[in-house]
Amino acid sequence: MTRYANPGEPGSVVSFRSRYDNFIGGEYVAPVKGQYFEDATPVIGQTFTEAARSTAEDIELALDAADAAAPGWAKTSVAERANILNKIADRIEDNLEMVAVAESWDNGKPVRETLNADVPLAVDHLRYFAAAIRAQEGTISQIDDDTVAYHFHEPLGVVGQIIPWNFPILMAIWKLAPALAAGNAVVLKPAEQTPASIHVVNELIGDLLPDGVFNIVNGFGVEAGKPLASNSRVRKIAFTGETTTGRLIMQYASQNLIPVTLELGGKSPNVFFDDVAAHNDSFYDKALEGFVMFALNQGEVCTCPSRALIQNGMYNDFLSAGVKRTEQIKQGHPLDTDTMLGAQASNDQLEKVLSYIEIGKQEGAKILTGGNRADLGGQLSGGYYMEPTILEGNNSMRVFQEEIFGPVVSVTRFSDYHDAIKIANDTLYGLGAAVWSRDGTTAYRAGRDIQAGRVWLNNYHTYPAHAAFGGYKQSGIGRENHKMMLDHYQNTKNLLVSYSQNAQGFF
Amino acid sequence: MGEQANYSRRRMEASNHISAARVALTPAAAEVLARLTDLHGPLMFHQSGGCCDGSAPMCYPRGDFILGESDVHLGDLNFNGPEPVGFYMSAAQFDKWRHTHLTVDVVAGRGSGFSVEAPEGVRFIIRSRLLTEDELTHLEEKPRQPTSP
Repeated sequence: MTRYANPGEPGSVVSFRSRYDNFIGGEYVAPVKGQYFEDATPVIGQTFTEAARSTAEDIELALDAADAAAPGWAKTSVAERANILNKIADRIEDNLEMVAVAESWDNGKPVRETLNADVPLAVDHLRYFAAAIRAQEGTISQIDDDTVAYHFHEPLGVVGQIIPWNFPILMAIWKLAPALAAGNAVVLKPAEQTPASIHVVNELIGDLLPDGVFNIVNGFGVEAGKPLASNSRVRKIAFTGETTTGRLIMQYASQNLIPVTLELGGKSPNVFFDDVAAHNDSFYDKALEGFVMFALNQGEVCTCPSRALIQNGMYNDFLSAGVKRTEQIKQGHPLDTDTMLGAQASNDQLEKVLSYIEIGKQEGAKILTGGNRADLGGQLSGGYYMEPTILEGNNSMRVFQEEIFGPVVSVTRFSDYHDAIKIANDTLYGLGAAVWSRDGTTAYRAGRDIQAGRVWLNNYHTYPAHAAFGGYKQSGIGRENHKMMLDHYQNTKNLLVSYSQNAQGFF
Repeated sequence: MGEQANYSRRRMEASNHISAARVALTPAAAEVLARLTDLHGPLMFHQSGGCCDGSAPMCYPRGDFILGESDVHLGDLNFNGPEPVGFYMSAAQFDKWRHTHLTVDVVAGRGSGFSVEAPEGVRFIIRSRLLTEDELTHLEEKPRQPTSP
């Protein structure tokens, strides 16, 4: 076990600056209006730095820098861009602990996860897109003996990216890597709850990219996000968040006739068929772990398996084993490597989670474990901790229909295959899902019948690069985490060439 | 097609009423709304869904968010301001929420999204309770009334 020192205390592996300006044109620039906002760590609920409270003027400066950099960056060879992405990956990897602790401090998530998931996945993602852009090919179509259609991939130009607070670094890299690989310049706005950790990364890598190719503008959605999303100089906007803001971003994009990619969350069903309990073996243990995956990252995952559907035959036994496993979750200081469950990212998120427990109770959901704010004592009493919670009810309850975004799972039963699929698909969303069965046919068919962009079969919460991630239904538009994301950051240029010496014959 | 027709019907049903309302406002939220109205002019709410700040009521300058056939108007929130604030939600989401009464409250925090209260260091939040049988009967029988975007 390792307990990393709190940033700001002796021995910490990361030092935050007392203030973060915007990163524009390759240098740190104070916001035009000179305003900043405080950034508190959810670990202890105390301010540890401040970030630029930017406005439309700062967005314009960032777009000036990006506009100036984009043409040159677009002309670099794919080898050059890939090399830079690989160098960025190396720098982050070489500073794994620093970046991981910074991320945990800003977001509240356990360092166990940032060390083993968030940061290594970000590193791998950069390398994946470095490889993908090297391997990407255009196409040639021979139309007839004299005519050839050449298809080239060209970057869009300047793109805007609005990053969520649940995986501040990983989600930034998910968006940055394909955009930069494809040859675009980026203006990125981190979430206002987690404005700092991306700057720790940037200070490691800032010298690797040409000035203006990557710009970071901090600020509030209404003051900085909106001027970015609605700006006519932006050729594409990418957003991860929720449905109302997703619609607003599409609305702005429609005014500028630009494409969007949106990832808007879900209410992912985790479906356990009776045959899981056929043997009390390692697979059964794996399935139980799969049930408890709702607590990963404090439930603040767009694909949180927040609805567990368990078949009647094993319902009681499996659920009671799930409760026991959940009660073994070690909650504690996020910078302790033994801690499994850290802090919710902000006070308002914790309040929201608690408000859902309240309406769940009123609707008749039974609390099988948890259900309260957790007071972990000492300095952690100021942080935002929630007990891992299991609710039992039915799929029409609000707690089964809305993403609570906390360590809360809502459990219900199903009778047979058709019942399982019906309940699984009775949701507005379709981002993630999982099916657990020893029978490959059942798992396959259920995986195909569930309307979601990512269905895990006999595993959960794995996010390897090269496995497409994105939503059906109201969960969004586009697929990240796969080379197909390059298409979302590229235009297709068709050169239609005639090698004939003769007139076409019209005039 | 059938689904679309259902949404339209629900939209009609979701109109507000004074004696049995679907939405309300806490005094603390009313105070924040008054401050925000001074800054931004007339406001509106659109209830979000999905991840991150999903489930949060998003507050925008009225007209910033384009409403459409896919939205329902749950009611108007009266506060000590020049005009009430309309509260809207997508019809599909309303179908899942229609049995609950929603009170807009405010807590300390920092939501993301484009909601106008975030720079104030506060976040609107929904407190919910079940509608009573009487309220439900009344609300679901309300005469048709079109949404006014």
